[in-house]
Parts: sequence; structure tokens; C-alpha cells
Amino acid sequence: MTDFFNKTDLSRKDAENIVSDTLNNCDDGELYLENSKSESIILDDDRIKSSSYSSDLGYGLRAITGEVVAYSHSNEISKNSLKQSADNLKSTLKSKKGTYNNSISKTNEKFYNNINPIEKKSLNSKLELLKEVNNYVRSKGAIVQQVTASFAGEHKAIEIIRSGGEVLTDVRPLIRFNVSVMLENNGKKETGVYGIGGRQSYDDYLKDDNWKKVCDEAFRIASVNLDSKPAPAGEMKVVLGPGWPAILIHEAIGHGLEGDFNRKKTSAFHDLMGQRVASEGVTIVDDGTLHNRRGSLTIDDEGTPTEKTILIENGILKNFMQDRLNARLMNTRSTGSGRRESYKHVVLPRMRNTMMLNGKYSQEEMIRSVDKGIFAVSFGGGQVDITSGKFVFNCTEAYEIINGKIGSSIKGATLIGDGPSILKEVSLVGNNMMLDPGIGTCGKAGQGVPVGVAQPSILIDKMTVGGTQL
Amino acid sequence: MVKDKDHLKKIASFCIDVAKKLGATSSSAAVMHSISETVNFRNKKIDESDRSDSLGVSLTIYIGKKKSSISSSNLFEENIRELIERCIETTKITPEDEFNSLPDKELLATEIKDLNLYDTDHISNDEKIEYLKEVEESAFEKKEIINTETGFSEMKSNFILANSDGFLNGYKSSSFSASCVAVAKTNGKMERDYEFTSTCHLHDMARPNQIGSIAAKKTIQKLGPKKIESEKINIIFDRRISKGILSTLASTISASSIARGTSFLKDKINEEIFSSSINIYDKPNIIKGLGSRYFDSEGVKTEKLKLVDQGTLKHYLVDTYYGKKLDMKSNGRCGGTSNLFFEKGSISYKDLLKLNAKCLYITETIGHGSNLVTGDYSVGATGFMIENGVFKYPVSEITIAGNFKDIFKNITLADDLEFKYATNAPTMLIEGMVVAGK
Repeated sequence: MTDFFNKTDLSRKDAENIVSDTLNNCDDGELYLENSKSESIILDDDRIKSSSYSSDLGYGLRAITGEVVAYSHSNEISKNSLKQSADNLKSTLKSKKGTYNNSISKTNEKFYNNINPIEKKSLNSKLELLKEVNNYVRSKGAIVQQVTASFAGEHKAIEIIRSGGEVLTDVRPLIRFNVSVMLENNGKKETGVYGIGGRQSYDDYLKDDNWKKVCDEAFRIASVNLDSKPAPAGEMKVVLGPGWPAILIHEAIGHGLEGDFNRKKTSAFHDLMGQRVASEGVTIVDDGTLHNRRGSLTIDDEGTPTEKTILIENGILKNFMQDRLNARLMNTRSTGSGRRESYKHVVLPRMRNTMMLNGKYSQEEMIRSVDKGIFAVSFGGGQVDITSGKFVFNCTEAYEIINGKIGSSIKGATLIGDGPSILKEVSLVGNNMMLDPGIGTCGKAGQGVPVGVAQPSILIDKMTVGGTQL
Repeated sequence: MVKDKDHLKKIASFCIDVAKKLGATSSSAAVMHSISETVNFRNKKIDESDRSDSLGVSLTIYIGKKKSSISSSNLFEENIRELIERCIETTKITPEDEFNSLPDKELLATEIKDLNLYDTDHISNDEKIEYLKEVEESAFEKKEIINTETGFSEMKSNFILANSDGFLNGYKSSSFSASCVAVAKTNGKMERDYEFTSTCHLHDMARPNQIGSIAAKKTIQKLGPKKIESEKINIIFDRRISKGILSTLASTISASSIARGTSFLKDKINEEIFSSSINIYDKPNIIKGLGSRYFDSEGVKTEKLKLVDQGTLKHYLVDTYYGKKLDMKSNGRCGGTSNLFFEKGSISYKDLLKLNAKCLYITETIGHGSNLVTGDYSVGATGFMIENGVFKYPVSEITIAGNFKDIFKNITLADDLEFKYATNAPTMLIEGMVVAGK
């Protein structure tokens, strides 16, 4: 456990006193302390391109009254610095008066172990494996032009001190292993990327030659794209594969169900609670409690234990995702969704692992039912405009469907749709739900946090495919 | 107050000295301190205040041709010492790379001409609030506006770059920015747009009423959009979007993409990649420029480059490492471009809109649909249909697609270049892109 007070003139008692004094007349707030270590080792271009290690320490002091949030953060943990932050908060909230809400639920359940993944695997064995990866992929043939492979590991210890001296702590490991392959054939170049990760040690993911599967998958995606033809343009039926394509759910629906946008009435979903927003058979949850998953948290960044939140049940909108601030202002409870990238960032309601649950159809049935459309298996990034509800994402592996059969692979397709209506176009929900491999990072207001997604295959009756072939 | 030069120099020198004692053959250290204060307003009420005080150090250690780096915001001396020890151990077992080295000494910046990048003026949070009130009042003058979010940020920073070849230099900079996001509603459907101002000096900021009224106007224009048929159509990029073409160019001509073979512009130096009317500059020494700098992130001096001359690619963006790999000298572009811009075109904005009987004017793109290996481009877009130079109706939920190789050759620029960002382009007509809609 990190002791945040052993090297500074600020004692725990001082910190508790400053926190209690600052938050005395506020509705909510806390002192958040963070000590994180992270590493990144990258092989590229046949050599170790970079190895870096980072150690970060800092605090964020937050006070909230009514709708107003005052925040001040610094990497200098000292009496002076914390007092300056406290003064800054008081000056913002000088004319406001609130009543501190002491209640915060507690949990003894942990969804990952207290390990430091960086130290659990020696640097030598990481360097050795990267070399093996490079050799393994390049042995697949002369068409392999470039191989990039990387380890990213993190160990983050946090402590939350609330007014009155209540203390909550968590230690969060996180790793990711990634392989990117560029192939060239007849002057045509294509890349394929694949990765795995979560909140366990590197070897939990890489053992039993599992790393070879990551390489094979990156190589396979690049190969498929080498033979691809330009994507069609226009509205058509789309079958999404299971697992990672659930970032469609994340972008199209998830962001619009975050509490802040709904309290501020800027989300297209803000007045749809209790109404039908999806076809019958569509159930979507956001779950922070899956063991060792990338988006899982024992407690969120305000100290609230996470949970499995039902967002949409059988097509009906049931809950938004809430942090303490938005929950209080909307007269509901926090769903344990208050997250921040680091001590440098304010808390926002965010997704954890967002999942569409199983229906009863097979993927084959869906594809058979499509005369003309596309089958999207994997995606790159996505983005949404919360207010208009329009979202896009880019296919990295997709095929045309003609007369109920999968045809040639297509490349460079962007899918665009409308969040509030897209789930009403879902006509079949598959029985093959899969979790993504543990690679997602969600961006909001300039903050990136690790997330997960899951879904079975689904058939969407109408979406616009943005290719070049009219 | 941001920490002074001497304070930062002390930390940087400490790192270089400890590294040397522990066995580094060379090293470089960067120390950066910044303080920023932000106030956010929403619907005429204060929503958030945020103060950030951030001091960090990063250090790269070389032992011969081996290299490794660390960074930290935990500046307790004991911790820094431990990190450097760790970095030395890591460096020792990292394989050699013949291209690893500090920049050539004769390329390091020596002379520094003041570019006026630091404004000592300070604006208190109460004064920021006055500014934001005015912004929101002018936005709410339009009855369609139902929601506004505005913010004002002030940032002051100071940094020092040092290396074991004796380079030790740095400078202060400041930034002031304010923005307004407005939401308008009609028939139960909402749209959103924005306006902002961002400058080095406080008194150069746009007037608050300007920010509010432009944000409101742009938002209201977007109400009631239509989806259009899929077709091949000429497209006009608003200045918000046209600058993205330069960002794509910068990524594809960076020495790293060229050396790694992952750019569609590999081996295109001295070839015509744009139409012959196009000239592109990267100019680091613009007074108060948002992308101005005295040297690049390795300390190498930076000079003005004409990257594209009459359509022909003249330079890559070269740093020390990839320069050695490509057998080229660094041109001071480690960390990317500075003030990158298209030379303005010869036709007015109004005439550009009239060049075609019908075209699609794009004001926003979403998604990450640029493939720099193949040049394929496909993004979601919103904008307006223009007929005979007149804005007819807003358009949304469409995608636009093409390939940068074709796009570059089919660009016509208006004469309305302004310096609002670090990377700037005039309004741009692109012929022959494909729109996917209904």
C-alpha cells in the first residue's frame, strides 16, 4: 500500500483537517491521491524502438455545492500546496452553502488482485518475447513489411479521503499486449492490428503460446485486407460480428446514457426514460464487476463500489450511468460510474464494460436473411455527437453479403448512424455473446479510461455504409 | 506563478549529473512546469473551476548506442534517483540501435530571437466569469438556443531542455482561450455547434459577444438537417476541416512514417503530389504564433520550410533518429510541425462557392477514417447543400470518402487564410469525392 504522507511535511491528520475544513459547507467532495507506475516497451522496424518507465504522484482536491464543481490538483503533496488548493476551492464556492452527504457504501469484494504487473515479468523476458514475436511474424513470408509489438503495463494505487476522515483505497493493475503487422503485395499495402489485455499479469494472457494467436490474428486481418475491394456506398443491411464490434453500442447508445449529458439535457436520450429505445429482445448492461476485465473496478474514482447496471431491458430504457454529483441532482443513486483518467482530471460518469446480452438467433441465420449488405467483423475507432445522436465507426475487417452468402472482403468502410434510432433497427440478436479481447480506451472531455465491450452478433436492418462505390 | 528558469535548470542538471555518475555516456532531460486556471459556465451559471499545477521531468539515457527513458511527476529527490538507477539498469540490457544518439552539436539552437510567446498579464477567475457572462448573453439573444456551455482557460508554462552536450535552454509561454458550445432545438431535435478564441496574449482574444453570437448562429443554421442521396459531388471544406488535410500531410511526410514505409508518400520527394497552384509552408518563427517555437523537442534549431512548392513535395519532417536512418540531417521537426499553412489561393470565398452549380459544404467530420498507409479516407460528416453559391439546407448523417492521393490533386483554395490555430488552411474546394447517404 502506498503511504502518501511519509515523505512530506503534510501529515495524514493535517490532510484530514484541511479536507474537513474545506468541505464543511459543501454537498460533496474529497481528496483523491494517486501513485501510479507505468511502462511501455515497443519493438518496431526489427529493433527495440523504445523502453520507457513513468512514475507519477499527485492529488486532486474537489468540492461540490449544488451544481458547481471546484477542483484543484497538483503533483506536489505538501501542506502549502494543499492549502493553496483549498483556498482556490473556497473562492469558487464562497457564496454557496451545502450539506455534506456522508453516506457512501462499502464493499469487501475485489474484482482483481493486488499485483504489480510491471515487476511480475522481468525486462529481459519481455525483450526476449518481443524478439520472438518479430521473428515469428516475419517468418510468415516476404510480404511482411513491418512488425510492431508492444507491452504496456500499469500499477495504480489510489486513496480517497472524505470529509470526516473516511478513507477508501484501491490498487489497480492493467496490461496490454499489442501486435501490428503491415503486409505488401503487388504494390498494395495493408495493416492488421490485434491485442489482448486486462487486470492480470502479462503471463496470464501470454502463456501457452497465446501470444502466437495475437500475431496470427493481426496477420490474418492484414491478409484479408490485401485482397479487399472498395466498399459500397449507401444504405443497406449490416450484420455485426460478436465481441469488439460492440463499440457500436458504446458509441451509439452508451455515451448518450451517461448521467451528465442527461442532467444537462444535451443527450438525445434525456427525455426517453421508461420508453422504448430499442427492439424487443435488446438488453444492454454496463458492468464494472467482471473479474479482471479491462473496464472493471472494485470501487470507482469517488469510492463507490461498482455494480452491474441495467441500461436497457428488453428495449425499454431503465437507467442512466451516474456519478455522485449527477445522481444527487437527478434524485437517484450513483451506479459506481464516476471515473477519472488521473488525479489531473475531474470525475465524470463513464462506461465500464458495456454489453448487449444474448438473444436466440445464430449468426448463420442472420447472414442467410440478407440479400445485399455487409458483415462487419472488426472496427477501428468510433465517435459520437451526443446532441444530434449521430455516430460513426470504421471497419477494419468487413465483407459484402450477397444473396445470403458472405462474399469478398471490403476495405475502408465507415458506418454512420443515428444513436436513438439505431437500436430500433436491430431485428435479430444472436446467441453467441463474446467479450472483446481487452483493448478498449474510451475518450471523453480529453480523458481516456480503459473500458470493455461485449455483444452477440446482431442484424441491423438499415445503416449507411460510407464507401466509394456507388 | 510558474517556476523560474533557475529552478527548472537545477532539476534538469541534477538528472544529467546523476545519470553521468551512474554510467550514462550521454543524456537529455526536459523539465516542464505549468499552471492553468479554468472556469466553466453553463446556462449563465458557474459550473466548474479547475486549477492545475503540474511539474514534470523526463530523461533519456544513452549508454553507447543503447537507450531508455523515464518520466515522472514524483519529484522527491530520492524517487528521481531511484528512477535514474532503474533507467540505467534498463538501458544496459536494451539492445543497441545504431541510430540512437543526441542531435549533432552544430544543429543545436544557439541564437534565440524573442517571439513574444509569453504574456505576463493575468486574468482573475472573477474577470473570466464577467467575460463568460457576456458570451452567454449574446448566445441567448437567439430564442432557438436552449443550452450553452462556455469556458475560459489561462495557462502559463515554463520549460527547460538540457543535454549532456551542454545544451541548456528553454522559454516561457502563455495561452488564453475561451469557447462557447451552444445547443438549439426545433421539433424535438437538437443540434450543437461552437466558436472559440485562442491566443498567446490576453488582449488579442476575440470579443466575448462575437464568440457567443457566432456559436449561436452556427448552431441554428444546423437545425432541421436532411439526409441526401448517395452521389459523387464536389465538396467544400470549411476552414475548420480544411486544415485537417495539412495534418494528414504532416503525418505522412514525417521521417518516421517514411523510414518505416507506412506512408503513401514514401519516395515522393520532388514529385508533384498537389496541383501546381499549391504551396505549403511550416514557419516556426511567427511572432505570437500558436505553433511557434525556438527549437524542436531535441534542441535542434528550426527554420522556415517550404514543404510543398508549386505542388511538388520538397521536404520530409526530419528528427535526429529517423534522419540518421534515412541519411538526412534533422530539420528541427522532432515533435512535428510548428505553424503549418497553405499559401492562400487567388479566388474569393464567395466565388469559390459559386464555382459549381451544386456542392456540399462540410463544417464537421467525425470518426477516425484516415488510413495513412493506403491514403483511403472515409468519415462521417455534417454540413450544408449549396446551390449557385447559396446555402440551401443543412445535411447530416452522411459519409464522405475518397483517397488522399486524388484529393491532394483536386484542391482549389480560397483567399481567406487566417491564423486561428497552429495549423491553418483557407476554405477549400475538392472535386470528385463520394458521398454516402440514403
